[in-house]
Amino acid sequence: MATAETTLAPIIEARKLEKFYAQADGSRVQVVSPIDLAIYPGQIVALLGPSGCGKSTLLRMLTGLSPASAGGVYWHGQPVQGDAPNVSIVFQSFALFPWLTVLENVEAPLEARGMAPMERHKRALRIIDAVGLDGFESAYPKELSGGMKQRVGVARALVVEPEVLFMDEPFSALDVLTAETLRGEILELWLDHKFPTRAIFIVTHNIDEAVFLADRIIVLGRNPAKIRADFSVKLSHPRDHKMPQFVELVDAIYRALTSPDAEDSASGTPAEPATTRQRKVIMLPHTRPGGMAGLLEILADQGGRADLHKLADDLSLEVDALLPTVDTAVLLGSLKVEEGDAQITPEGLAFARADIQERKMIFRKAALANIPLLRQMEQSLKAKADRTLSSDFFLDILDEHFSDDEARRQLETAIQWGRYAELFDYDAATGKLTLTEA
Amino acid sequence: MPFLQLPAKHSAAIPPAGIRPAGARWPFAMVIDVAVFLFVAVAIYGIYSISRAWLGPVNPHVEISQSPRILPLYALYSLIRLGIAYALSLVFALAYGYLAARSRRAELVLVPLLDILQSIPVLSFLPGVMLAMVALFPRRQLGVELGSILLIFTGQVWNIAFSFYSSLKTQPRELREAAIIFRFTRWQRFAELDLPFSTIGLVWNSMMSVAGGWFFLMACEMFVLGDRDFRLPGLGSFLQTAASNGDTRSILWGVAAMIGVVVLLDQLVWRPIIAWADKFKFEQVESGKSQAFSIVNLLGRASFAIRVYRAVAAPVFGWLTVTFAAASRVARSLAAPARVPSRRWLMILLGVVVFVAMAYASIQGGRELANLSRADYSHLAKSAGLTFLRVNVSLLLGALWTVPAGVAIGSNPRLARIAQPIVQIAASIPATALFPVILLVLLRLRGGMEASALLLMLLGTQWYILFNVIAGAMALPTDLKEVAQIFRFSKWDRWRRLILPGIFPYLVTGLLTASGGAWNASIVAEYFHFQGKILSTPGLGSAISRASDSGSFDVLLAATLIMATIVVLINRVLWRRLYRLATSRYNLQA
Repeated sequence: MATAETTLAPIIEARKLEKFYAQADGSRVQVVSPIDLAIYPGQIVALLGPSGCGKSTLLRMLTGLSPASAGGVYWHGQPVQGDAPNVSIVFQSFALFPWLTVLENVEAPLEARGMAPMERHKRALRIIDAVGLDGFESAYPKELSGGMKQRVGVARALVVEPEVLFMDEPFSALDVLTAETLRGEILELWLDHKFPTRAIFIVTHNIDEAVFLADRIIVLGRNPAKIRADFSVKLSHPRDHKMPQFVELVDAIYRALTSPDAEDSASGTPAEPATTRQRKVIMLPHTRPGGMAGLLEILADQGGRADLHKLADDLSLEVDALLPTVDTAVLLGSLKVEEGDAQITPEGLAFARADIQERKMIFRKAALANIPLLRQMEQSLKAKADRTLSSDFFLDILDEHFSDDEARRQLETAIQWGRYAELFDYDAATGKLTLTEA
Repeated sequence: MPFLQLPAKHSAAIPPAGIRPAGARWPFAMVIDVAVFLFVAVAIYGIYSISRAWLGPVNPHVEISQSPRILPLYALYSLIRLGIAYALSLVFALAYGYLAARSRRAELVLVPLLDILQSIPVLSFLPGVMLAMVALFPRRQLGVELGSILLIFTGQVWNIAFSFYSSLKTQPRELREAAIIFRFTRWQRFAELDLPFSTIGLVWNSMMSVAGGWFFLMACEMFVLGDRDFRLPGLGSFLQTAASNGDTRSILWGVAAMIGVVVLLDQLVWRPIIAWADKFKFEQVESGKSQAFSIVNLLGRASFAIRVYRAVAAPVFGWLTVTFAAASRVARSLAAPARVPSRRWLMILLGVVVFVAMAYASIQGGRELANLSRADYSHLAKSAGLTFLRVNVSLLLGALWTVPAGVAIGSNPRLARIAQPIVQIAASIPATALFPVILLVLLRLRGGMEASALLLMLLGTQWYILFNVIAGAMALPTDLKEVAQIFRFSKWDRWRRLILPGIFPYLVTGLLTASGGAWNASIVAEYFHFQGKILSTPGLGSAISRASDSGSFDVLLAATLIMATIVVLINRVLWRRLYRLATSRYNLQA
């Protein structure tokens, strides 16, 4: 039906949609900066970005699960209010009700709409059949494998015949082979118009998956979330992962994802007062120093330069797993990323070649030079006579810039790094940080 | 009875999943069904005879028969009383928990209130509840009966409410979102998400509540209030009367009847329900199985509970869902925003009424408290100190034997198979039923009453510790045990480095529950009508019991407030902190 569409009015439109948390002192923590986005009929749209970048928040605002802080969502040009538009979600964790059988799970949304038992039974069975679950109608979710569970999730989402189907990392909890199979099957159902849905919006951190499925790929940057790039994919189905155009596009997306933040903030939307304040704080990627050490060693072995896409492939890592480590190395000045290639710096090379004790020294110097938070923590501890401070003190500082959960994660990461750098010691039982005397 | 927050801790005792009423053991399942049918028939007769008695005129001097032949009927009376009280508790607890979890403003008040209410012993509610009910139905026995039921209710409801509340608060986010995105109606959300997700916690807490009901049954069926003597025919009053008369034969008959009823209830009702509840376990994969002993296991498994659910509850729920869905669609299309302000006015009005009532109550209460002399207060303070000592000595004694025993049972599967069923049955016997027997033996010794009081507290609360220690020992990871073996830890090092830290979170949970239970138990442990006289030992519990007996409300109020304050304080200052330490530092899952 997608091709029959002549007037291409968007189904869902986000206008200046943004999300922020207001702080007690009147400042705000920006999670999603104002975004304009439209979903047109006949398209699979993939939203791609590193984890924690706000993809899921965006999806939840579009579906009405989470209220927008400003801007609005328009449904066929009408502002959405009260009754949610006809959408469905396939969840990452499946979100099946374990006490209901497969059939009951699929019937539940129809029940909610007050459909008569016979009718909803018929519809549920039809869709269960379509996703390849016949024979499992009376099974409970815990008896099924991950792939089968997600089929139930898909069946439940499709049974209400949503106009737009939202999928929130639907394959990331599955093993690689199962994900591959299910992805192919859903694509086939869509291409054969086996269900009346007019658009699919899929959130993912898997570049391959996005290129394989989508007609349009939106790349999101983080802190706060903003659109970095918008690719339209013209390849015909079925797409071959080895096709040159396929590989080229994956490369291009890699470049867009790894390009330094400064680039797009210069060319991007004019910064708001709240966001300028934001910039001073560097958001730490949640990694361990050991991961960075591994990456640098591999790069050093490969002559100091490597294509990130190839590197990820060689290590069979998904972008989600690799990028935070790359970010860490870049942040600490051990690595430079240009055009999707990673280039080790002299400091990085020294780090890779050093033994454990020297590495800690190098890390310490780099951390103090490049990460204001760690510098601030060290200075605050030095200022105290007993060289000891409660971690809550720093949490309060971080709370001004991040949401509660993120502030806690930031502190955890900073403590990890600080311990590795032997800047301070941390006692988890008391929550106290103590300066390490040199 | 105290809260049980962590139903998962008890998973060791939950029977295996995947039990279907499939044909495998049909003949036995039939036997069960026939038995249950007979039970229902008897219950109907009981309801008939009860309604005749209840609607009859007030008879304050009911003669409690001491003939063993009357025991089945008395057991039925008590069962029905407990059943109604439990049903009321469940309904009230669901409403309370739902309100607390769904309304942020209500949560602020309702959750701390629960903490306080659960620390108040049942007898403290006695005068208020009884006088109100008797005033409501002055001419019918119904008033006294309702009073007794409400009394049992006050001992059962709070932990169920808390369990439901905390289940609602821990629902996984994506499940909640699925319910919203698929436009579940409010009823559907309750029936298909809230209730199932809370079922396991509700079942375990219901078991604890009903056990608490049995524990306080004697106090709730027969009591003196000032110059009025209330007696209701039942198992509790049978035992109480036998104890007052010092009639050893009747005491033994009564104890045997009560134990019989409790064990049967455990095997025929609770075990199948627990087996059935397993279907509501929230997990993505089927877990390893553990066995629990039950007569029903040997016979028809959980078939009956599951069949009842399928035949009765499921269609009713389904019908309600469709009906509510239709109704809510109508409501949505007629969306009337004009209703909102009127509701707000209603809320404000309600708030004002509650505030005024509370202000009035505190002024009245303050006056009552001002009546008491300084000597009264210093006496109460001394009593509180004595009960504090008694409670903690009983906890210590409990921990001293349950920790080694629990660790032995938990780390030895062969022993566990033998010991678990015995422990479960022993735990289900209400300690108060044994109390007269204990007194018969111990009163011959010097300090017998003191020892008996301690023993009753111990008997009433040690099981919480034991069950948790067993679960903790079972959860000790094998690789850690192997580490201890490979490095040849000495016995002392094994305990210090592995076992004690490993079971610590479980031990704290058990002690926390036991502590609250022991405080509540003090009202029956420290004060008892026996062989025609009153046996008591100084303490806060006996102060409350005596004040309730003699109808001195000022002392009752003061003693109750003191007890509630102490229990809440101990919980906040000691147990909560230990609990936090347990979940952060001694958490093996992290």
